[in-house]
Amino acid sequence: MHRDDLLTAHAHAPLPAAPGRAVRIGIGGPVGGGKTALVAALCRTLRDTMSLAVVTNDIYTTEDADFLRRHGVLPDERIRAVQTGCCPHTAIRDDITANLDAVEELVALHDPDLVLVESGGDNLTATFSYGLIDKQIFVVDVAGGDKVPRKGGPGVIRSDLLVINKTDLAPLVGADLEVMRTDAERLRGDLPTVLVSLREEPDAGPIAEWVTALVRARRP
Amino acid sequence: MLALLLLADSRLPSGGHGHSGGVEALVDRDLVRSVDDLALFLDGRVRTGGRVVAAAAAVACALAGPAASASGGGQQGAAARAERQQRRPAGTPGAPDRATPGAPDWARWDAAVSARTPSAALRAASRAQGGALLRTVALAFPTPAVAALRALPRVHHPLVLGVAAAAAGGDPGQAAALALHHLVGGASTAAVRLLGLDPLRVAAVAAGIARTADPVAAEAAALAVAAVAADDPTLLPTEGSPLTDVLAELHRASEATLFAS
Repeated sequence: MHRDDLLTAHAHAPLPAAPGRAVRIGIGGPVGGGKTALVAALCRTLRDTMSLAVVTNDIYTTEDADFLRRHGVLPDERIRAVQTGCCPHTAIRDDITANLDAVEELVALHDPDLVLVESGGDNLTATFSYGLIDKQIFVVDVAGGDKVPRKGGPGVIRSDLLVINKTDLAPLVGADLEVMRTDAERLRGDLPTVLVSLREEPDAGPIAEWVTALVRARRP
Repeated sequence: MLALLLLADSRLPSGGHGHSGGVEALVDRDLVRSVDDLALFLDGRVRTGGRVVAAAAAVACALAGPAASASGGGQQGAAARAERQQRRPAGTPGAPDRATPGAPDWARWDAAVSARTPSAALRAASRAQGGALLRTVALAFPTPAVAALRALPRVHHPLVLGVAAAAAGGDPGQAAALALHHLVGGASTAAVRLLGLDPLRVAAVAAGIARTADPVAAEAAALAVAAVAADDPTLLPTEGSPLTDVLAELHRASEATLFAS
């Protein structure tokens, strides 16, 4: 089997039935695409229906914690910040040990249904190791240019869900959403793609539904 | 040999990339700005904190091997340990009842490393990296000594490194060298990332430091072997560098740092 097929097969594999084990979802993508906005949106939408925890690899300040607390996103004890020494992709792919520690600590403390692992902003080639997470969402944005999906890379091609954010900006930056959608579908085969404006749809509806289905499959 | 080289490879998952060995705190305060500054810092660290972690790694290697090593080669270590245990009169201080006969009392040696690491932030960083390395080592080298460490609360990084070195067929001198190799490598790569230093010149600095580090590793290993033979953790070296300790505490309380330590 070709190496790429193996990776794809891995990404497509259904979640193993493991009652009591949290679903772990990685959220990656380039800087400024909306990873933090997506985490906040998912927490707001899902926190009343399931138990949540978040590991962030973004540069995390007291201000960020205050922001999340003020907006009632998640209590501080359900958030862990992991420092990645200027190499966000290393912490989610090549050396996942610090993130594993953080995830397992949150699982031991809170037994959540869902753990979101937010990567630090990186580039199109950064993806999560499946040793750390069960499924991964790759977030790019329209303002980065409509050629982004065509450029491919493992995040665009093989992520379990591709989110193309900031569709509201398309007319302002001269991006053609249809080109982005067509390119993404051509590269991704059966894997889903969502075009969204998290600013206009702060509940992240379709993404929250995708996440909920994963959690239900494991914890019916 | 290849197994031992794996332990020297920064690509081995061990959590090290998130730690700067004290460099970020110095860079943030303009105390390290150049390749020359880095060379001075490394020289000092190798002779102080480096000597301590090198001895700790060598101790763990001596305690764990060679009987625990997959390479085989002898029951000598275990026999010597058993003999020591028998010779030690009952009720000797430092011979706690909880230790399995013949098995090293890791908690005592771990406490000795803590006693030589005055900064709580650095103790936490050492235990975090010890836990991370042990995760990888437990899969790569599943020896009884590795399993014994897995059964404990997180132990310090150099002890895990030493046990891993024994499992990979290394000796205490090599374990000490590995500890210094990671101290130099972690700080060097952090300086390149934070300051944009010329990585070729930094590599040259690291190569030059070997002239200092090799004798330090040899001395540390000798002290460690003597401490293990006497079953006395107080014989381990005690050098420290107060500025590193103080800055580590300040670093932990700082906003928006890129490295955990």
